[in-house]
Amino acid sequence: MDKEKNLYTVLFAGAMVIVVGTILAYLASALSARIKENERFEKQQNILYAMGVNENEGDGSVDFIPTDRVEQEFTSYITDQLVIEGDKITKDDQAYLIDIKKQLDILKNGETPKLPVFIGEKDGEKFYIIPMYGKGLWDAIWGFMALDEDMTVKGVFFDHKAETPGLGANIKQRYFMDDFKGESILAGTQYAGIKVAKGNNDPVNTIKDDNEVDALAGATITGNGVSSMISKTVNLYKDYFETLRNKE
Amino acid sequence: MALLSKKDANLILDPLADNNPITIQVLGICSALAITAELKASIVMALSVIFVLGLGNVVISLMRNIIPSKIRIIVQLVVVAALVIVVDQVLKAFAYQLSKTLAVFVGLIITNCIIMGRFEAFALGNGVKRSFLDGIGNAAGYGIILIIVGFFRELLGSGTLLGFAVLGDPIAKTGLYSFGYENNGFMLLSPMALIVVGLLIWVQRSRNNALIEEN
Repeated sequence: MDKEKNLYTVLFAGAMVIVVGTILAYLASALSARIKENERFEKQQNILYAMGVNENEGDGSVDFIPTDRVEQEFTSYITDQLVIEGDKITKDDQAYLIDIKKQLDILKNGETPKLPVFIGEKDGEKFYIIPMYGKGLWDAIWGFMALDEDMTVKGVFFDHKAETPGLGANIKQRYFMDDFKGESILAGTQYAGIKVAKGNNDPVNTIKDDNEVDALAGATITGNGVSSMISKTVNLYKDYFETLRNKE
Repeated sequence: MALLSKKDANLILDPLADNNPITIQVLGICSALAITAELKASIVMALSVIFVLGLGNVVISLMRNIIPSKIRIIVQLVVVAALVIVVDQVLKAFAYQLSKTLAVFVGLIITNCIIMGRFEAFALGNGVKRSFLDGIGNAAGYGIILIIVGFFRELLGSGTLLGFAVLGDPIAKTGLYSFGYENNGFMLLSPMALIVVGLLIWVQRSRNNALIEEN
């Protein structure tokens, strides 16, 4: 057949779409079970990381509980998983699988979202871990924050989809995440969150009562994204935190 | 290189220096700016592009006699996009942590003009073996520049290499920092990548006058 004919072009395009489509569809369905499991393990690793259950050594890299042990450790450290739906709080063992992004969309439509809280216990201490989701410079950022009953941060974990390597991507570095430890999300009685602040003259974050951590150079928008993600999330969980603080 | 004839060897060696895709053809600049703030990302990107361009050139070269010329750009795009997605999915299933590191590069690889450029300029008109060598050579030439730029940006911008503090601790003022040295935060910003690439082009052309264009 003549290669320059329109018919040939159309047939070629059709055949190409079918072949490539079939290959990709087959691959996606063949691998989806494994990929889903990897994502589930990752969530468990992230939640545990926020409450300080990890394999970190020294002050360099971020090391999670390995995947072959994570399920077991998750069930032993996370004592309760709650779902807050309006005024209703229910227990749900699968709460960690709730897609927080979908819930925020539901909230945007004016309906009541399901907000998960994970309660962890380590060395007699109780941790309340909440998921966060927001926007960085290029794409989504998300994470988990572990708090105690006084609303002091015990640990955080951040991750991102496509922030710039070496700049915004550094929100998942130890030195950035460790800065949040000890900060309070309260300013007086207000739920203020924690701001990623430029030029606060506190590069190693020794001041723990200013609701600020030191920003990353060259990553202003990602840093602002982290600030607004935290304040939005804290706002969502405000009522639940009130009940925790009044319980004491 | 007894395995390759001189002509074939040049397919690999030329793009490394005198026909470098970045410094001579000025292609692939976008990703050279975006991801060279640290050395590790530069190395990962260089390896990914070597893989995708080597394989992509082979696929396009195999199909070169049946691709209708009217839609050849679309076909090239489909090939590179499909390749990248296959690699991404396989990594997600079998090497999840690695796939997370690479996620940010997926979009940058698909839209890398060097890849489309080599498909169009070489693989469509040459045999499989030569296309493969050309792909590897051009991707390596791109990778070398990326790694050089990443080396200087990370060293001067953050004072580290591959994450290791080679110049001392800037906060505790040890090593070089005890003499009053400061990291240059400018190096972390994209425009400085362009300036480093510009300096490389200058150095290369001043060493080899044949590369200088007459107006």
